[in-house]
Amino acid sequence: MENSKLFIQLDESDNVLLATQSLAAGTLLHIAGQEIKLEKDLGLGFKIASCNIMRGEKIIKCGVSIGSATSNISIGELIHLHNLQSDYVPTYTIQNQRQYGK
Amino acid sequence: MESSEWLGYSRSDGRKGIRNVVLVAYLVECAHHVSTKIARVFDDRDVQVIGFGGCYPNTHADKVMGQLCTHPNVGAVLLVSLGCESFDRFGLAERIQESGRSVSTVVIQEIGGTRKAIEKGQSWVQGALSDLKSTLRTKMSMKDLIVGTICGGSDATSGISANPAVGRVFDYLVALGATAIFEETGEMIGFEDHLAERAKTPALAAELSDCIGKAANYYATMGHASFAPGNADGGLTTMEEKSLGAYSKSGKSKISGLLKPGDVPKHNGLYLLDVVPDGEPRFGFPNINDNAEISELMACGSHIILFTTGRGSVVGSPIAPVMKICANPETYHRMAEDMDVNAGKIITGASSIDEVAAEILHKMVDTAAGRPTASELLGHQEFVLLYKSFEPALCDEASREGDA
Repeated sequence: MENSKLFIQLDESDNVLLATQSLAAGTLLHIAGQEIKLEKDLGLGFKIASCNIMRGEKIIKCGVSIGSATSNISIGELIHLHNLQSDYVPTYTIQNQRQYGK
Repeated sequence: MESSEWLGYSRSDGRKGIRNVVLVAYLVECAHHVSTKIARVFDDRDVQVIGFGGCYPNTHADKVMGQLCTHPNVGAVLLVSLGCESFDRFGLAERIQESGRSVSTVVIQEIGGTRKAIEKGQSWVQGALSDLKSTLRTKMSMKDLIVGTICGGSDATSGISANPAVGRVFDYLVALGATAIFEETGEMIGFEDHLAERAKTPALAAELSDCIGKAANYYATMGHASFAPGNADGGLTTMEEKSLGAYSKSGKSKISGLLKPGDVPKHNGLYLLDVVPDGEPRFGFPNINDNAEISELMACGSHIILFTTGRGSVVGSPIAPVMKICANPETYHRMAEDMDVNAGKIITGASSIDEVAAEILHKMVDTAAGRPTASELLGHQEFVLLYKSFEPALCDEASREGDA
């Protein structure tokens, strides 16, 4: 795997890579033969797509589904709550608490 | 490790403890302040406060209070009652006495108010502390230990470093004949099939699977899962992703049984503690914070708690030492005084999962032998106990001794 020090793929069936350290915006990533510039700062443990992912596709980490993509996601793009949702229960954050009326 | 032995405290009910605490237990919130004032003048590692805040009866709270007041790490108990609450203080005192521990009850309304209750309580605790100095010591080994695990303040590193390392420790403990308990069935949503495959019997497999289904239903009714905003700030997204990390604490051993809060395992092995109430959701969020889960792990007899954290939890407990295993190397460096083990070394590549697991085991034995953990040194003793209701577990390996 490229950038092996900056990212880790936990299972070969995964479509996400995890940052093994905090990375600054502008860092050049080499993924699947492509050079991609990191758009935003990426925290330790955060995920980026290791391939292009279609809306509705499962996000696979460590070989299991952690939810579904809510939009098309390009290779190298951050995967977080703006483009991924649970298949079981909604995720509560301070930003979306009004939405859930809590 | 197989041959590790240390000196514990021998209780006349046959159990063995790794601490020798005097508990001050309030039986309603109205007696909380008096209890805190009683305990405050003593060293906070020798005298600890627990209690139940509710004024109205609850079988679950009775059972948990009974188990905590007769926990192997507890040597003596002072009950503090206002006087008009529903808690059966006579029944609890009787049960503590039957376990061979010394017990006394201060009733604030009978003794004449706050000041007199505090004076009476402090003088009793003073006597209990000096009596406990002569508690019989006894050899303990891994086979005598019950170890609980919990994760709190999780982030995306928890599931990569600290949780798998604790999973490795759990496999080792089970192989050595210890008893290991994992919990938070709401954090196993998505893993019900994996859990069921690890059950020792088909009946248990069905029970485990049902119990995760119940949790999913309960949390859906509450409107959200066991997921805090800090989890998302730390790189986690969905309940499934959090579950993935949390589940890895349980290791790979076969599961021997399902416990409800207050069930003490009769045999060694690996157990799942079901923390989500049975019946229709009616008591609010199943576990309002990490300490609510720690209370229930202790009520199942856990001598020691392995607590993994990524964001950086600082909490402790009044009865069972809490060891902090920090998953995130950046958090570890920011909050080192609160941490016992730096599992972030797995992420930086400085150590393997096996090496960190070995370090946890060594420190766990030291803790059992009396060395204070980071949270003990800092005086942490958070405690929460809430209203809940449970049906007995079906698969029997757990004892029913908490059911009076």
